[in-house]
Amino acid sequence: MKALKKFMDNIKPNFQPGGKFAKLQSVYDGFESFLFTPNSTSGKIGVQIHDSIDLKRTMIIVVIALMPAMLFGMYNVGYQHYLAIGQNETFLNTFLFGLAAVLPSIVVSYVVGLGIEFIGAQIRGHEINEGFLVTGLLIPLICPINTPLWMIAVATAFAVIFAKEVFGGTGMNIFNVALITRAVLFFGYPSKMSGDAAFVATDPVFGLGKGTLVDSYTGATPLGQAATNMGDTLQLTNIVGDPISTWDAFLGLIPGSVGETSTLFILVGAAILLITGIASWRIMLSVFAGGLVMATIANTFASTLFPVSMLGPVDQLCYGGFAFAAVFMATDPVTGARTDIGKFIYGFLIGVFAILIRIYNGGFPEGAMLAVLLMNAFAPTIDHCVVSANIKRRINRAKAK
Amino acid sequence: MTTIKLKKGYDLKLKGNVEDLTIAKAPQAQLYAVVPDDFSGVVPRLEKKEGDIVAAGEALYHDKSNESIKVCSPVSGTVKEVRRGERRKIEAIIIEADGKQTSAKIPTDDIKAALLQSGLWAMMRQRPYDIVPDPGTEPRDIFVTCFDSAPLAPSLSVFTQGKQEFIAKGIAALSKLTAGKVYLGCSPDNVIESDNTVVFHGPHPAGNAGIQAANIKPVNKGEVIWTTDIVTVIRLGQLLATGTVDYTTVVAVTGENVSKPQLVECTMGAPISSIVGGNIADTANTRIISGNVLTGIPVDLDSYLRAPYRQITAIPNISCPDEFMGWASVSPKKFSIYRSFTSWLLGGSKPQSFDAKINGGERAIVMAGEYDRMIPMDIYAEFLIKAIITFDIEKMEQLGIYEVAPEDFALAEYADTSKLELQRIVRDGLNRLHAEMC
Repeated sequence: MKALKKFMDNIKPNFQPGGKFAKLQSVYDGFESFLFTPNSTSGKIGVQIHDSIDLKRTMIIVVIALMPAMLFGMYNVGYQHYLAIGQNETFLNTFLFGLAAVLPSIVVSYVVGLGIEFIGAQIRGHEINEGFLVTGLLIPLICPINTPLWMIAVATAFAVIFAKEVFGGTGMNIFNVALITRAVLFFGYPSKMSGDAAFVATDPVFGLGKGTLVDSYTGATPLGQAATNMGDTLQLTNIVGDPISTWDAFLGLIPGSVGETSTLFILVGAAILLITGIASWRIMLSVFAGGLVMATIANTFASTLFPVSMLGPVDQLCYGGFAFAAVFMATDPVTGARTDIGKFIYGFLIGVFAILIRIYNGGFPEGAMLAVLLMNAFAPTIDHCVVSANIKRRINRAKAK
Repeated sequence: MTTIKLKKGYDLKLKGNVEDLTIAKAPQAQLYAVVPDDFSGVVPRLEKKEGDIVAAGEALYHDKSNESIKVCSPVSGTVKEVRRGERRKIEAIIIEADGKQTSAKIPTDDIKAALLQSGLWAMMRQRPYDIVPDPGTEPRDIFVTCFDSAPLAPSLSVFTQGKQEFIAKGIAALSKLTAGKVYLGCSPDNVIESDNTVVFHGPHPAGNAGIQAANIKPVNKGEVIWTTDIVTVIRLGQLLATGTVDYTTVVAVTGENVSKPQLVECTMGAPISSIVGGNIADTANTRIISGNVLTGIPVDLDSYLRAPYRQITAIPNISCPDEFMGWASVSPKKFSIYRSFTSWLLGGSKPQSFDAKINGGERAIVMAGEYDRMIPMDIYAEFLIKAIITFDIEKMEQLGIYEVAPEDFALAEYADTSKLELQRIVRDGLNRLHAEMC
């Protein structure tokens, strides 16, 4: 480590103002503070000791919490592929196929997003913010596996610039950047983002997994099937036509966006976030509560007109992106409500709207993304109401004397 | 007697607590200093110049806009130097002690005049603005804190023991200055009986007078309260009884880098070296703080003890330089009040080692609710901080700026993931607001 520190110190002058690579100063500083915790000490006024926590630690915990869902997502991509071509593969090969299929989009999302982040930091003369470490991983996990890489690049660039940097970077954005990326893809390239061709990797990747599709193959996701269901009964199937149950959905061996299918592994991530105290249990709990309440109401008044309403409440929470949104999207502290009471309201409404949109709006088979984005817009209003109550209390106190 | 339980806040356990309560005596030093920065709100106009002879308790300077507010010399001797900094700002007034400690006699028939003339007035604060009180206003109530809950702070029983008579006299005197009440905020282990004693249970910052006021009877717009500590009340009682001010104090010398944590008796404004002399293990890599680690001021051996003259803390400056990927550490030695580090599982409840490192770069506020967990007041701290940064006066008033002092935000500043300088933000905001409102 000493040699590395020495090397970093040696090349440092090049990145200082006046040096050869002065334009890369924030990039250098970013890497330096990534490798070595800065030696800066407390100032002349203010506290003289600081907690060990910093934003790097916070963000890295979220990345760790995403790992179970991501790794399972990779396996599931391979699993769906080999299921579609009717081959039985070993666990390892299945995973390798998924890894090869998912990794390029992770790389693209990080390279594009971090690149813009570096430029933004240099222009403002700020340190590089860690926020994109999480966003960059979220993006591939909420996209269908067949999203072309250039689309991910375009959408990521758009979202980072127009949803984050123009507002002032990490901590200043109004909307969740990963979801804006998803929304740009969804509304910009609808044919690639939904339907039967999007969610199962049917083509070989890097020569892996060659084969022809089995005859009974259909790439529709469970929610896609539900949305187009005719008649009084609803039987969801997997991609080769076998029936699936809530348990399958909970485990996650169903087609869907890469990281969103397995409720089980998302809950593992949720446990990490809650034990470490990084994510708000208030938001997480109330999203699930809101979803459960709305799904129960809808299911009680189930109608063939809105076939998705025939899914039971627990099914609603397990299928689609609901659990992922509840655990990783709604809990983003920057775009969510920031007061304790506000968090309950904010989370509950996300749960309600996610199910509401999913069931009663035929245009969107999944409502979690739109629900979170909608509530992002209302989070400041919710907080405003909560804080206003405090202000009113203060005014009344002054009057009462 | 009422009891109030506070839940918010945190007791940081640092190494180097004073166990042995015997009081050592610091040697008589040659030079003593008064630092105008310790008395916020007082703009100094010198009454003595270099070479003048002063008695202990004689004014060195008064406030520019209010001549009656005096700041006095703690020792008798000659003014050796008026040290000035940028734009001729007075940084310190240094007095060469004559060793005789002749005290100025202060007339005590008028309590307010006695307080002002003796310099004890300057040791009180008022809210709003957390400044030395304006003698022209009458406070709604006076809040006296009788314990110090800050990390490693000495128990104020060191000061209060056997001083019941002075305490009673001091409180009686203060209650003549307000139509309201004089509240004593006590900890359960050192309850001082009075008509308005309130016992506070709970972690730091329960000992802050402002936190106590907020939980007893918060300040409203247009109201003024005074805050002070029991030590100043004792000094007032003693002044009224004897006609002179006692400028001796007991300093807890604490912290990991102190070889033998102990209580030391000395005079206010004494040189740091005379108090800690030889008691610090590794002087090169030590941060000496006059005060506690949350609100104290970094000093060096040849500077002087700062208000409130009760504590010195010595901690390592950097205990682990160039730490490789510190953000990924799983070591239980890396202390955090949050559960993202392993210290909450494996660290135990033993006192921890802290150094002066910031442990990260400054960021925009990302995590929600961190400040609120550290401030037991009915205030949305994060929203208030944002209002102060944007200097939106109306918002600041609505969110409770008049109720707070920088010290109330100290623990939140420690705990802040985004490493914002909350105390500086609040101090600057209060100063600007004060200038705007007058």
